[in-house]
Amino acid sequence: MTTTASSVASTPPAVGRLSGVLSHRWVRFGVRRLGRLLMSLAVLVTASFLMIHLIPGDPVRGALGPTAPTALVEARRESLGLNDPLWLQYWHYLQGLFTGDLGTSLSSKLPVADVVSQRLPATLMLAVLAFAVAVAVAVPLGVGMGVLTRRGRGRRSELAFTTTSVVVGTIPDFLIGVGLVYVFGVSLHVLPVAGNATADAYVLPVIALAIGPAAILARIIRVEMVSVLEADFVRTARAKRLPSRTIYLGHALPNALTAALTICGLLLSSMVAGTVLVENVFAWPGLGRTIVSSILTKDYPVVQAIVLVYGVGVLVVNTVVDVVLALLDPRSMIAED
Amino acid sequence: MSRRWLRVLRTPLGLTTAALVVAVVVLAIVAPVLWSDRAEVYDTDNILAGPSGDHWAGTDGLGRDIFFRALVASRLSLELALAATVIGVLAGLLLGTAPLLLGRRLGRLVTTGVNIAVAFPGLLLALFFAVIFGVGATGAVLAIGFALAPSFARLVQTLVAGVAALDYVSAARVAGVGRVRILLRHVLPNIAEPLVVNATIAGGGALLAFAGLSFLGLGVQQPSYDWGRLLFEGIGMIYVNPAAALAPGIAVLVAGLAFNLFGESVAKGLGVSAVGGVPVPATSSRLTGHAGRRDGTDGSTHMAMAPSDLVLDVVDLRVSFPGPAGPIRPVRGISFSVRHGEALGVVGESGSGKSLTALAVAQLIEEPGRVEADRLEFRGADLRDGPRAHRHLLGTSMAMVFQDPMTSFNPTRRMGSQLAEVAVHHQGMTRRQAMARAVDRLRAVRVPEPERRATQYPHEFSGGMRQRAMIGMGVMGNPSLIIADEPTTALDVTVQQQVLDLLQAIRDEDDVALVLISHDVTVVGEVCDRVLVMYAGRIVEDLPAHQLQGGALHPYTRALVAAVPDMRTDLDQPLAVVPGRPVDPSDVPTGCAFAARCPLADDHCRTVDPPLAPTPTGSQVACWHAGEPLELDEGTGELVEAKS
Amino acid sequence: MKELRFDDVTVRYGTVRRPFTAVDGVSLVVPAGQVVGLVGESGSGKSTLARAAVGLAPIHSGQILLDGQPVPRRGRVRPLQMVFQDPYSSLDPRMTIGESVAEPIPPGSSRAERREEVARLLALVHLDPSVATALPGRLSGGQRQRVALARALAGQPQVVIADEITSALDVSIQGAVLNLVRELQRELGLSMLFISHNLAVVRYVASHVAVMYEGRIVEQGPVEQVLVDPQHDYTRELLAAVPGNRPTSATPHAPRTRSTS
Repeated sequence: MTTTASSVASTPPAVGRLSGVLSHRWVRFGVRRLGRLLMSLAVLVTASFLMIHLIPGDPVRGALGPTAPTALVEARRESLGLNDPLWLQYWHYLQGLFTGDLGTSLSSKLPVADVVSQRLPATLMLAVLAFAVAVAVAVPLGVGMGVLTRRGRGRRSELAFTTTSVVVGTIPDFLIGVGLVYVFGVSLHVLPVAGNATADAYVLPVIALAIGPAAILARIIRVEMVSVLEADFVRTARAKRLPSRTIYLGHALPNALTAALTICGLLLSSMVAGTVLVENVFAWPGLGRTIVSSILTKDYPVVQAIVLVYGVGVLVVNTVVDVVLALLDPRSMIAED
Repeated sequence: MSRRWLRVLRTPLGLTTAALVVAVVVLAIVAPVLWSDRAEVYDTDNILAGPSGDHWAGTDGLGRDIFFRALVASRLSLELALAATVIGVLAGLLLGTAPLLLGRRLGRLVTTGVNIAVAFPGLLLALFFAVIFGVGATGAVLAIGFALAPSFARLVQTLVAGVAALDYVSAARVAGVGRVRILLRHVLPNIAEPLVVNATIAGGGALLAFAGLSFLGLGVQQPSYDWGRLLFEGIGMIYVNPAAALAPGIAVLVAGLAFNLFGESVAKGLGVSAVGGVPVPATSSRLTGHAGRRDGTDGSTHMAMAPSDLVLDVVDLRVSFPGPAGPIRPVRGISFSVRHGEALGVVGESGSGKSLTALAVAQLIEEPGRVEADRLEFRGADLRDGPRAHRHLLGTSMAMVFQDPMTSFNPTRRMGSQLAEVAVHHQGMTRRQAMARAVDRLRAVRVPEPERRATQYPHEFSGGMRQRAMIGMGVMGNPSLIIADEPTTALDVTVQQQVLDLLQAIRDEDDVALVLISHDVTVVGEVCDRVLVMYAGRIVEDLPAHQLQGGALHPYTRALVAAVPDMRTDLDQPLAVVPGRPVDPSDVPTGCAFAARCPLADDHCRTVDPPLAPTPTGSQVACWHAGEPLELDEGTGELVEAKS
Repeated sequence: MKELRFDDVTVRYGTVRRPFTAVDGVSLVVPAGQVVGLVGESGSGKSTLARAAVGLAPIHSGQILLDGQPVPRRGRVRPLQMVFQDPYSSLDPRMTIGESVAEPIPPGSSRAERREEVARLLALVHLDPSVATALPGRLSGGQRQRVALARALAGQPQVVIADEITSALDVSIQGAVLNLVRELQRELGLSMLFISHNLAVVRYVASHVAVMYEGRIVEQGPVEQVLVDPQHDYTRELLAAVPGNRPTSATPHAPRTRSTS
C-alpha cells in the first residue's frame, strides 16, 4: 500500500483522464453559457432595433419638429430606410451591425460608429477604475467586519457598520457627485469637477461612482462571511485544529467571495449604467453625456447604438462573472442543468 | 403580528425612518396647499441670490424662492414615484406569479424573459423606455415603472417558488384546490410581508431614480418641477448659489433614504429575531456547578480505574449559552469516561444535550457558548486550557465525524487537499507527502480509485463516500478517539451499515475508542459496548449496551427502547409512547426533569433531582424508582405502573 | 375503500435530450383495505411514485387506476389523499388547524357541518377539537402529523398515501404516530400505501411490502414472505442493514479493553 501511495505522489494523479473529464464538463458549460449569451444578444439587438419603431408617431417628424416640410421628412425617412418593410429594415440593421456600420448621426452627420468609438474609452476607464476601487475597499472591510461580528459578537459595531453601509449604499451616485462638486470644487477648489483632461480629474467621478457599490459589496461580503463561518465545513476545519488564519482565509473567504461574486457582477453592470448620471454631473466626455443629449435632440441612431453598447457591456460582465464563478466553485457549472 | 411591527419601531433606525416617512408624506400633502404661491412669486430684485433671511436657500434665475419650491416639489416627486412603483409592482406581480398560474411551459418562457431583462441595470432599462415613451413626466413614470418590473418579478418568482415547493401547497393541490385559490389563500398571504417591504424599498428607489431622470432633463419638464428638475436647474448655477442644487438634493436624499431605510429596517425586524447578547453572569453559573457536583462525586467511581487507561475523562461538564432571560444550560453537569478501544454510545431525543456534549468535549463550542468542567482530560491533557493549547494533540488524536456529510466539506476545495491539510499542519509533512497520505487514507476507508477521488470536489462524492472521506480525514493522524455525531442519520439504511462497519473496522485495527452520538437506540445498541442515556442535559442512565433490551432500569430508557419497532417487535402490541414533550432547556423544572412524563413519578421526584447512582448490575441510574415494574397500556401505548 | 393499481407507470423528468427516469414501469397493487409498505433508498423513486398518484408528478406512460377507473388528477374530488414527511412544512403557518383540516372536505356542506366534521376528525386522531382554532406554530411535531392525517381523512379518500410520515419525528413520538396509523387503518378499513425507508416500521404497519430500487419494483409480496425469504439481492442487503438484525450482532460485543475491571 505504501509503495502505491508514494508512486502516486511522485507522478501527479492521472492527469490525462482528469483533464478529459474536466474539459468535457467545461465544454458543456461553455456551450450552454454561449447559448445564453447569444439569446440575450439577440433579444438586445432586437430590442434596440425595435426601439425606434415602438416610439408612438413618426420618429423623423419628431426629430425634425412639427414645422419641417413634409418633403424633407419624407426624404429623411427614405434615406433612413424607414419606408421599407420591417423585416427588410431588420435585415439591413443586422447587416450594418456585422459590418460595423451603425448608421449616421442625425445631428452631426458623422458615422455613429465613430461617435461611439470616440466616447467609449472615457466611459470604460471610469467604470473600470471605479469598480477596482470599490472591490479594493469592500473586500478587506467586509471580511474584517465578518470576522469581528461572527456568531453574534460585536453587536454594536455590527449595527453601526450595517446602518452606515445601508445609508451610504442607498445614496445615488449623482447626489454623491453633486455633494463632491460642492465640497471639493465650489468650497475648497482643490480638485477639478469637469472633464477628464488631467489625472486628478478622475478622483471625484471615480469616488462618486465607487462609494455606493463599495458600501453594498462590503455589507454583502460581511453577511456572507458570517454565514460561511457558521457553516458545517468551517466546523470541520476547526475540528482539524487548523490555525485561525487558515480557517478564515483558506476556507471561509473563497466561499464568501463566491457567494458575493454574483452581486459583484450586478454592481459592475449597474456601474456601467451609473456612469450615465455621473458623467452628466462631471461633464465627462463619455457615452453617458452623449446618450442623454442624443435623447433630447432625438438623434435616434446614436441612442440606438449607445444602448446597444451598454447592453453588450452588461452581457460581457455577466458572462465573465459566470466563468469566474465556475472557476472558483465547480458546482455552479452544473447548478443550472 | 402587530407586536412584530412594534418591535421594528423600537429600533432607533426603524423609529427614525418611520417618523421621516410620515413627515415626508405629510409634507407632500400640505406643502402645495400652503406654499404654492410663495414658490411662484418672482422676486426680480433678488435674481440668482444666495441664501438670505428672505430666501433661506436663495433664488433661481427668475427670482423664485428655492426653499419653497423644494418643499412644494415634494408632492409631484412623491406622486410620480408612487405611480412608477405601482406600475412596477403590478407588472412584477403579474410576471412573477405567471409561472404558477400558467403552468410549466408558458411559465418557463416568462421566467426566461424576466431572467434576461433582470440582467440589465434599472437605469439602462429606464433610458430605453424613456426613448420609447418620450421625454416628460408621463414617459418617465412608465419608463421607471417598467424598469422596476423585472427585478420585482424576479423577487416574486423566487418567493412564490419557495412557498409553492412547500408541502402545504402540495397538500392543497392534492386536496383539489385550484391554482388561483392556492395563489390567493396559501401563497400570497405567506409572501405578503416581504412583498410589502420590498415595495417600500422600491418606492424609495423609484423616488431616487426619478430624480435621476429629471436631473438628466429627461423627466419632468417646465413649468412643472420636481426635486430632480430643481437639481437639474440648480447644478448649472452651483458656483453662483450652491444652495440651489443642495436644497433639492438634500430633499430627495432624505425622502429616498426614508422610504428605503424604513423598508430595510422592517425587513430586518421581521426577518431576523433579535437575540439578546446577555453575557453569562459569573455568579449564576455557580448554580449548575453546585447541582452538578453531586454527579461529580458519583463520577468518582470511574476514578478507581488506572488513569492511563482512560482516553477521555469528563467530570461535571456544563455547557451554557446566554439567553434573553438568563443563561440557558443545555448540558447540566455530566460525568463519564471512555477507555482505550471502548465504544460508548450516547442516546437521547433532540434537545437532550447529546450533540453539545460531543462538541464541548471536542472543544468546538464557540463564544458566546461556555464550557465548564471539574475535569476535562483527553489522553492526560487538560482540555480546559483552551483549544489552542493542545492543537496538535487534538488535530492528530481526536477525530470528528459530523452528521451531514453534504455540508461538512468545503465545496470549493478538492477532497484530497482537505485531507492533506491535517498532515501539513500537524505532522509537518510537505504538501506532496501529505497528498500521498491522503490518498492512502482514502484507500484505507475503502474509497474506490482513491487517486482520482482525491482530485475531485465534494459534490462529486455520494453521501456515503463523503462520510467515508470524513472518517478518512479523522485517521490522517493516529486517532485514539473518534467522536461521531449522528454519523449515519443522513444516509440510506444500506449505506448506513457500511459506514458503521467501517468505524468498527478502524476500531478493531488500532484499538481506537469511539463516542457515538445517536437518536437511534437500535444503532447504538448494535455498535457500542456501553450506552449513556441523556435527558434534559443530564445522564439518566449509564448501562452496558446488551442490557438495553430488558435490562434498563430508568423508565425513560425503557420507554425509548419500547417505542422503536425492530424486526422482532410484537405486532399485536402497540408501540410504547412517551406522553408530553421534551424539556425546553431554557425552562428546566426542579426535581427530576423527566417527572412530568413519567408513570412512576411522585411528589418526591418532582422536588428532589435523583443523583446518578450505581446499581447492583454494574450500571448507573438516576431515578428514585429505578427498575420498578411497568406495563404497557394496550389502549394508549403508554407505559404505566404495573398493577401487581 | 377501493383497490389502487399502478399499471406499468413511468415518470420522467429533465429535458427531452437528457431525460431522467425516476419511476420505470412500475406495476403495484394496493388491495382494498390493506396496507402496502413501499421501501427503498432515497432516490429509488418511491416518493415520485406517490406524487405521481396524487397528480404532483407527471406520468410519462402507464395508468394509475382506482377499482379499474383512472384516478382523477384534477378537480375538486380527490379519492387519493397524501400525508407528507415534514410536519413542519406541510401545514400553512397562516391558516388555523381547523381551516387546514377543512380544506379537502368536498364542497356542498354548510359551515356548521364542516365545523362538526373537523371536530370529528380531530377527535379521531386523538386531538382535542379545541386545537381547531390554533395556528400550527403552537403544536409539536407529533401533533402536527396527527393534524396532517386528519386533513387527509377529510377528503374522504379511498386510498391514503403516507410518505415517510415518521422519519422527521423524534423516536419517542414516532411510536405514537405508528400506533395511530394502525388504529385508523383497523377502524376505518383504510387502503394505504405506506412509504418508508425503515423495514422494521413497514413490518409493523403493513401486510404487504414492495421493494423499490433504481425506479423499479424488484420484489413484492406479503410481509412475512418477503422479510423471511427475500428473493432479490437488494432486499437481502436491506434486511441485513436493519440494526439489530444482523447475524454478527446476535451476541453483543464484549468490551475489548485492557482494563482491569
